[in-house]
Amino acid sequence: MSSEIDALTQALARLPGLGPRSARRAVLHLLKRRETALVPLVAALQAVAAGLATCEICGNVDTRNPCGICTDPRRDVSTLCVVEEVADLWALDRSRLFPGRYHVLGGRLSALDGVGPDKLSIDALLGRVAEGGIDEVVLAMNATLEGQTTMHYVADRLAGQGVQVMQLAHGMPVGGEMDYLDEGTLAQALRARRPVT
Amino acid sequence: MDGRHRAAYQRDVPHVARLTLTDFRSYATADVVAEPGLITVTGDNGQGKTNLLEAVSLLSPGRGLRGVALSEMAREGGAGGFAVAAAVEAEGGAIEVGTGTAAATPERRVLRINGAAAPMTRLGEWLSVLWLTPAMDRLFAEPASARRRFLDRLVLALVPGHARETVRYDAAMRARTRLLTGDAPDPAWLSALELAMAEHGEAIARARAETVAALGDILAATPAGPFAQPLLALAGNDAADLGTLLARSRAADAAAGRALTGPHRADLVVRHAAKAEPASRGSTGEQKALLIAIILAHARLVAARTGRAPILLLDEIAAHLDAARRAALFERLAETGSQVWMTGTDAALFASAGGRRLRVESGVVTG
Ligand SMILES: [Zn+2]
Repeated sequence: MSSEIDALTQALARLPGLGPRSARRAVLHLLKRRETALVPLVAALQAVAAGLATCEICGNVDTRNPCGICTDPRRDVSTLCVVEEVADLWALDRSRLFPGRYHVLGGRLSALDGVGPDKLSIDALLGRVAEGGIDEVVLAMNATLEGQTTMHYVADRLAGQGVQVMQLAHGMPVGGEMDYLDEGTLAQALRARRPVT
Repeated sequence: MDGRHRAAYQRDVPHVARLTLTDFRSYATADVVAEPGLITVTGDNGQGKTNLLEAVSLLSPGRGLRGVALSEMAREGGAGGFAVAAAVEAEGGAIEVGTGTAAATPERRVLRINGAAAPMTRLGEWLSVLWLTPAMDRLFAEPASARRRFLDRLVLALVPGHARETVRYDAAMRARTRLLTGDAPDPAWLSALELAMAEHGEAIARARAETVAALGDILAATPAGPFAQPLLALAGNDAADLGTLLARSRAADAAAGRALTGPHRADLVVRHAAKAEPASRGSTGEQKALLIAIILAHARLVAARTGRAPILLLDEIAAHLDAARRAALFERLAETGSQVWMTGTDAALFASAGGRRLRVESGVVTG
């Protein structure tokens, strides 16, 4: 095996959910189907790599800045959904569960890990709200202790800003990353959202 | 209840039907067949009686009745890991439980139920295991934290969610203390953590209060016999308005480097009812009798609430009891319907106990 093919195999093997055995199978598949699989994959990877950017408005990762969601005219600009990570945004948006726009905090408050409010995009969130046009902010944090602490912190900072602050309904599993929840559970949690108390 | 009825009833009680040990403590291998009801394990000190009970205690989550590191349980001179396998008769049929460590990962306990890997918390769905050891003899004289741990174990057998509430409360408290002892803590962040402490603290306090009240009811209804009657109460378990209290005590907590209020400071206060004095004033034998009364009441409570009498492990149980108390103990233990494993050096101490008799001699179980 050439060192190039070996390098490709090793790079694929490091991807989540793969490993050396799956990587070898994927590489063999790509090599056998140069025109129908390998070339289109290279083109897709190149396009993403060239345009990859973090959206300056919401923190989403996309090939455009501002991202496709922030520039989508069909989106309801009066509602905003705040999530911890890009993965949460994608989980919510995969099946269009939320009609509005998003705001990615970039993590969660953790005193023990030294992640304070200054390390999260909370000021940017307050800035977006201060610009006006937003009526409702949905705090869609994970059910972990740190997620819930972050939710109450953000709700406190949003108090008195003239927006309705909502939280997801109960029913999130312990330590549940939204990514792994089935969409039905997520839709239900979103539909039954209630004001943060 | 005639003999036939009792036998039928006991078959439904969760119990260990067979216990197989490999490289566990003093045992290279051991194979014990057991029935429901009383089981006495006798032998000289250091022969491995308690090890047998410790093996059974690993059929519940945690580090067993000695509460030590798992690596200490692997037999010296063995392969490095250990295995405890048990056939457990449970509701709806028998299950095979296997637990132990591998030589490469001596601190990681794995669990298999019917051959498939399972999380430790799954054990609680099948059976509860409770124990009394000589290390607990001075429980009433120890700091409150020891009694709090004892109480929380009792609560956990009834309220499985208690562990989660405790973990989250402790995590919020650690984070708050870290913030308070740092530079210029963010008040809104502190409030969010205090809110979490209040929410989980309330759940913890409620579960403890409910358990202590239920135990108190059972103890009050138990006829005064050879065992002293304990009066249970909780101190410092109040979580009402905890969020406000914590917000007010930030300065004091920052100076102390820990939260000075909250259910993490609670204590289980036990008094000798007839003598109207704290349990810690009594003799060692009296204190043991009070503990036994609590455990017996708890076994009845768990059986009534969950329909499954817990397995009881009573290490060196007869040591401080006179003949009358011993006989009464065995009688009451038999009434619980539980499978009860008891150890003692002197087989004569168990003369009035029925059931299975095992003898342990230099790591070999006979009987
Ligand atoms: Zn965007």
